[in-house]
Amino acid sequence: MTEWNVERAATVLADAEAGRTDRGPLTDEWPGLDLATGYRIQDEILRRKVEAGEHIVGVKLGLTSRAKQQRMGIDSPLTGWLTDVMVLPAGAPLVTRELIHPRVEPEIVFVLGERLSGPAVTAARAMEAVSHVYAGLEVIDSRYTDFRFSLPDVVADNASASRYVVGSVGRKPSELDLALEACLLEVDGEVVDSATGAAVQGHPAEALALAANSLARRGLALEAGWLVLTGGMTDAAFTRPGGTIAVHFTNLGSVTIGCE
Amino acid sequence: MDTETRSEAVRALLRAHRTGKPIDPLTERFPGLDVADAYAIQAASVEQRVRDGAVIHGYKVGLTSPALRRRLDVDQPNFGQLTDTMFHPESQLIDPSAFVAPRVEPQIAFALGKPLKGPGITVPEAAAAVAWVMPALEIVDSRIRDWKVTLVDTIADNASSGGVVLGSTLVPPSGLDMRRTGGVLYHNGGIAGTGALGMVLGSPLNSLVWLANTLGAQGVALRAGQVVLPGPVTADVPVAAGDVVTATFASLGSVTARFADDTDTFG
Repeated sequence: MTEWNVERAATVLADAEAGRTDRGPLTDEWPGLDLATGYRIQDEILRRKVEAGEHIVGVKLGLTSRAKQQRMGIDSPLTGWLTDVMVLPAGAPLVTRELIHPRVEPEIVFVLGERLSGPAVTAARAMEAVSHVYAGLEVIDSRYTDFRFSLPDVVADNASASRYVVGSVGRKPSELDLALEACLLEVDGEVVDSATGAAVQGHPAEALALAANSLARRGLALEAGWLVLTGGMTDAAFTRPGGTIAVHFTNLGSVTIGCE
Repeated sequence: MDTETRSEAVRALLRAHRTGKPIDPLTERFPGLDVADAYAIQAASVEQRVRDGAVIHGYKVGLTSPALRRRLDVDQPNFGQLTDTMFHPESQLIDPSAFVAPRVEPQIAFALGKPLKGPGITVPEAAAAVAWVMPALEIVDSRIRDWKVTLVDTIADNASSGGVVLGSTLVPPSGLDMRRTGGVLYHNGGIAGTGALGMVLGSPLNSLVWLANTLGAQGVALRAGQVVLPGPVTADVPVAAGDVVTATFASLGSVTARFADDTDTFG
């Protein structure tokens, strides 16, 4: 039996993504896989994508609900990498057959006007680095069957990142009360859920600060111009060919994904 | 439903209300009760309370959220009646022992400036009857043991009404986004839920329209000065002695309910 290591795990997950096939959690076969190794696998997959011509455009934050963090035994969001090929242009359909089992989450999206480097980043400092705030829909697509995974598994799998759409209304952060900025999620025109920015780590800037500080522990910083998807505000909505998922924000406009 | 069944159901509910001791689901004791029977039981219970001195000050609309409609498998909201003793001023402690199994949910409240009588009411007419919108907390409660309610049980039990706390930010309805205005529920300082007004039947005004038309079909009009709670923005939280619950809304400020702990006394 082949030994598990970072390179092999990266190959297995990259193949699952490319081949649109789900698999069991790595930790079932590699019980020693820990969070730090999960990030090394995530970084290795990114390294290969960049080598193949993709560009890093930002990060996504995952597990930004305090309740979920407590259940998972962590006190900071997860991060995953966003590249240019993952963007879904506004109005473009989500072709579900290109993915495994995509789900969609409404998010508040930051564009950084300056570099943000931990440690000791506070929410107020993080907010200063944000130049504009947008509405977003993130398409997540775990490479694990039924989205069943432990923490190191999902980190290795780039926090289930797959696609994202950014809305067309950019607001200055000082114009918004993000804790009370609400989103209304509709599936096929029916309201299914809603939330405000307070669902994201109490405030999305808090999530950004925590993420900047965790990245600093890995020797990384958030760069000027990067996008930050600050984390799902509601439970993820299921997709189906022919279906429409829309989110309407208080001040950030609406974003719609039509599925094929 | 015969009159004997109705009287028995009314007596059981009123006793549970008075003593704080819950009863088994009415639908177990009286199989075959339907929605019309349930509203007849609610009406008879409220009439008895009015004979005993209660004054009706408005209505609540329930079963308006997507999650609750799925759980109870219903496609219609329901309503209950708000009486004077259910209104708690914001600054005063609320006695938790006055309830059976209280839970709190964030709402907006509509205060009517004009009468509104269905059927045939549309959204603009409903909006024009609203003088003020206020932040509110509804205390829901169930006289049915462990909240083991069916649609029929909750309607008979006055739509699980318990109490109301109204906030002090009075905003006219014009200019308020009834879909995308956000609210956050805090329970003992922690964030317990977040949501938007659109969780209430797409807009709380749809809830008011439904109520006016449903009551109108029975010949009942909403009166100026009455308060309507259109439905919650987030899931509810269970509350106990000593708890503090706050709802904060964009454009509407906040409202707080404080529940007395064991050291507080009520005369």
